[in-house]
Amino acid sequence: MSFINYSSREINCKIVYYGPGLCGKTTNLQFIYKKTSPKQKGKLISLATETERTLFFDFLPLALGDIKGFKVRFHLYTVPGQVFYAASRKLILKGVDGVVFVADSQIERTDANIESLEDLKINLADQGYELDRLPYTIQYNKRDLPNIVPVAELDRLLNPTGVPWFECVATQGMGVFETLKNIGKQVLMELKKHY
Amino acid sequence: MSDFVMYEEEFRRVDEELRRLYQLANAKLVFLVDKNGQLIASAGDTQNIDTTALASLTAGNIAATGGIAKLLGQKEFSILFHEGDRDNIHISIVANKVILGVLFDQRSSLGIVRLRVKKSTAALTRIFHEMDRKALGENRGRAELSPFAEITDEDIDQLFK
Repeated sequence: MSFINYSSREINCKIVYYGPGLCGKTTNLQFIYKKTSPKQKGKLISLATETERTLFFDFLPLALGDIKGFKVRFHLYTVPGQVFYAASRKLILKGVDGVVFVADSQIERTDANIESLEDLKINLADQGYELDRLPYTIQYNKRDLPNIVPVAELDRLLNPTGVPWFECVATQGMGVFETLKNIGKQVLMELKKHY
Repeated sequence: MSDFVMYEEEFRRVDEELRRLYQLANAKLVFLVDKNGQLIASAGDTQNIDTTALASLTAGNIAATGGIAKLLGQKEFSILFHEGDRDNIHISIVANKVILGVLFDQRSSLGIVRLRVKKSTAALTRIFHEMDRKALGENRGRAELSPFAEITDEDIDQLFK
């Protein structure tokens, strides 16, 4: 649910990065934070445990520029990936405009990816959404590691509907902005459809 | 799920009500956030506070306590109060839709804030209900004003340069 304010001429959209624990959701946001000019970004808020695992969410507001005189703001959120934070994950999906699913490409995380994607669908359904009807991008992260599943196989397992996907090495920034740009574009195009 | 659209007139009325509350409650800052964490309006000392982050965290706070409420079989906890050494914050849900936050220090008191929030909540509820009725009645008939109608791929590409 985007928030369009005709008075201050602003459009705010909410994008959520979802995925299994340690797949690199927070790393995506950290890289975006590092590489955007101070003018465009707000504070990166991380509600994390002492060991830097996300406890509730990370939040990064981005003001990228104007469209037709309206300031476009993306609010990027991550969810806590660990299985036992299910209740918190559900809350963060409230009002989401677009989802990025960050998959961990490592062979041993295959089941975790599938499980997390199922969890995403269930939690969206609880909020009255359907993944197939939302702007949605998949990111295959950690492509620099040696023990990874080929992209074609990941795509078969995680992307039956053929949504846009990107190969990524979030720690080095590869694919991070491509993913953001794709989901941002889908979200704005969806708004266009409605208005 | 419909988007949350706010036009000039309603914004002015909301803004006015927040200013009134800010003055009458002797607050440091008064702000209104939608349940997804997007700041709608604020009044008071916004210079020294990151209101975007404040909005997101406040909504997270309401969402988390809402989760607890559900777990306990309650509909929601409609008022939260956090007491600090210097500043306190009073958070409440308005019209089932938005969140009203009041930041105050020893120049005010919880009693005054609660009383004033109650009065403002009634006024804000009226505004939001009218807004809902209007949105239904117009059936999104303002397409000609939409900034999206003629949005192009280039416009979007430009954003990410």
